[in-house]
Amino acid sequence: MSGGNAVELSGVTKIFGEVTALDNISLEIGDGEFFSLLGPSGCGKTTSLRLIAGFEMPTAGEVLIGGRAMGHIPPYQRPVNTVFQNYALFPHMTVHENVAFGLEMQHISRQDIRQQVGEALEMVRLPGMEKRRPKQLSGGQQQRVALARALVNRPKVLLLDEPLGALDLKLRKAMQLELKMLQDKVGITFIYVTHDQEEALTMSDRIAVMDHGLVLQVGTPHEIYERPATRFVADFIGETNLIPGEIVAINREVAEVELARGIRLKAPMVPGATVGRSVTLAVRPERISLAAAPGPEGMNLIEASVFEVVYNGATTSILLRLESGIVLTVRQPNIAFAVEPSDLREQRVRLVWPIEASSLFMEKTPVEQGKA
Amino acid sequence: MSPTRPARDRDSQGPEERPVLLRIASFLYLRPSLVLALLLGPPLVWMIVVYLGSLVFLLIQSFFSLDPFTGQVIRVLTLATYKDLWTPANLDIFFRTATMAAVVTVTTAVLAFPLAYFMARYASTRLKTVLYLAVLLPLWSSYLVRVYAWRLILAKEGILNWFIQQLDLTRVLDLLLRAPVIGGPSLSVSFLGMFIVFVYVWLPYMILPVQAALERVPRSLLEASGDLGARPGQTLRHVTLPLAFPGVIAGSIFTFSLTLGDFVVPYSLGNSSFFIGQAVLSLTGTAFNIPLAAAFTVVPMGIMAFYLVGARTLGAFDAL
Repeated sequence: MSGGNAVELSGVTKIFGEVTALDNISLEIGDGEFFSLLGPSGCGKTTSLRLIAGFEMPTAGEVLIGGRAMGHIPPYQRPVNTVFQNYALFPHMTVHENVAFGLEMQHISRQDIRQQVGEALEMVRLPGMEKRRPKQLSGGQQQRVALARALVNRPKVLLLDEPLGALDLKLRKAMQLELKMLQDKVGITFIYVTHDQEEALTMSDRIAVMDHGLVLQVGTPHEIYERPATRFVADFIGETNLIPGEIVAINREVAEVELARGIRLKAPMVPGATVGRSVTLAVRPERISLAAAPGPEGMNLIEASVFEVVYNGATTSILLRLESGIVLTVRQPNIAFAVEPSDLREQRVRLVWPIEASSLFMEKTPVEQGKA
Repeated sequence: MSPTRPARDRDSQGPEERPVLLRIASFLYLRPSLVLALLLGPPLVWMIVVYLGSLVFLLIQSFFSLDPFTGQVIRVLTLATYKDLWTPANLDIFFRTATMAAVVTVTTAVLAFPLAYFMARYASTRLKTVLYLAVLLPLWSSYLVRVYAWRLILAKEGILNWFIQQLDLTRVLDLLLRAPVIGGPSLSVSFLGMFIVFVYVWLPYMILPVQAALERVPRSLLEASGDLGARPGQTLRHVTLPLAFPGVIAGSIFTFSLTLGDFVVPYSLGNSSFFIGQAVLSLTGTAFNIPLAAAFTVVPMGIMAFYLVGARTLGAFDAL
């Protein structure tokens, strides 16, 4: 990220009537980055995008694009372009007219427009469609036209608002990779809004996870998945097992958590953890394995009984119940098993996973809950 | 068969003991084309027999002719009536009526657009309801009464003249009334007054379709236009207006054809220069030349057909 920040939000708050859509968020998005805003609906991700595009103005705080404060600069003067969720193609114009629209607004010569539109359609692999109307195109093709229409203006930043949401799964997967490669090729900063965590993980250089108008964590897909900062992030990104307990001992870098009646698990220490604190221990289903014998040092070990085995195609999910009643999921790839998973039904098994595969989250104390 | 368990009740009955209504329902459910025929039958009969039938008779009548001596209709197909239609005086009537219809249509469109735009884009739900009512309210009273009321408003002793006097603009009005063609002794006997009343009576028919068309333009299209660098004026010209155009055309079909066929307004506010509606009225009345009256009526239909083809070539229906 050589050229500094493409986009910066600094202390941005947006209030609609009585709803706080964004609560004092700050983000720095580097030049040439593929940056995703990820969160459930109503988390403020689309509002953030609309603030950058200029469709909304912040209630407080500042939006900077290329280091320049945007203030009340209207959308048509901002160096950004948007790919809308429903594509928003102009129905009364042909594909060519749609893609040429932005260039025509800049009064570029007709010949240059024809050439640039041709190149843009080439880039999204839609050549020869110039004369069609949006209605005559499939969803995937409309998506490509919307992309070409935005990219042809060579914006500093491309904003994408759930652009793949309306496509079917197979096409979506193909478009994810295509978008990623396209971004590498054009080198433009992409800001991508999505509620699909898998999509965000697949495509992004960095992800901001949002909820209730707050940014909970910013990091690479690896950081977000492996070291979620909050319980919400752990739960929202991928599948996770959440095990409540209480810290009973701290040995330098490792905290011991007691679930019930002397059953203990270990996890790496986190700041703020003290003995006696209520915590949640999180571990990904694919990090847990079924063990015939106790694992070596540095592993967590717990007994559980299998109550369901679900075949998922590439993987098999094994649902287990701990003695305390907590339900865990273990997900194993469908390769050579020591034991046929379906034979495990109703069996008592031992589960092991590395200590560093578990994360700790503080449960809020009553005082903190009062503050929130 | 306890009454508290109707579901079971139904199961235990054989098909022959099911209630009549249920049997009719099942019979119809399995025959969707019969249902369609039953639904469409009555309106289709009405459309074909009463509506299209009378139009066809009108067309046939226009190819009959009137015996100049006996005044009887000769029921032999001929183009003689159309030859009678093709006189300079009658061409004047067509031209006058079509020009008035065109000017009224353009004016209503220009007046209706801002209001329709406001209703579709800015008005709250409640204000929208109020505005709908305000637009429709005049249609609740008889159009004859409203035209007569306008005659009083526009009269030399009327309230409009009084206002103009108060504003010291009498000279401007006199200048306007002295103008050829559009002028006259007073606003209540002039094409200018007729124009004002036409615009008044047909305005709702323009506002509603334009408003509906604007309502259907998604906000995201306007945002996309701005996002691509179009200033608000450019967005209006390149996106909003083209997308609202089908609504304007729909409205103009009302205003144009209603003006073409109207006789009440020219009769109440006009002078001796006839409009199509007046000509038809007088031909069916005293002159009793039904074939010529029919031929007169075919002309506005021709003008409308011409108009629609023109609108289509201009791309008015592209966004539909």
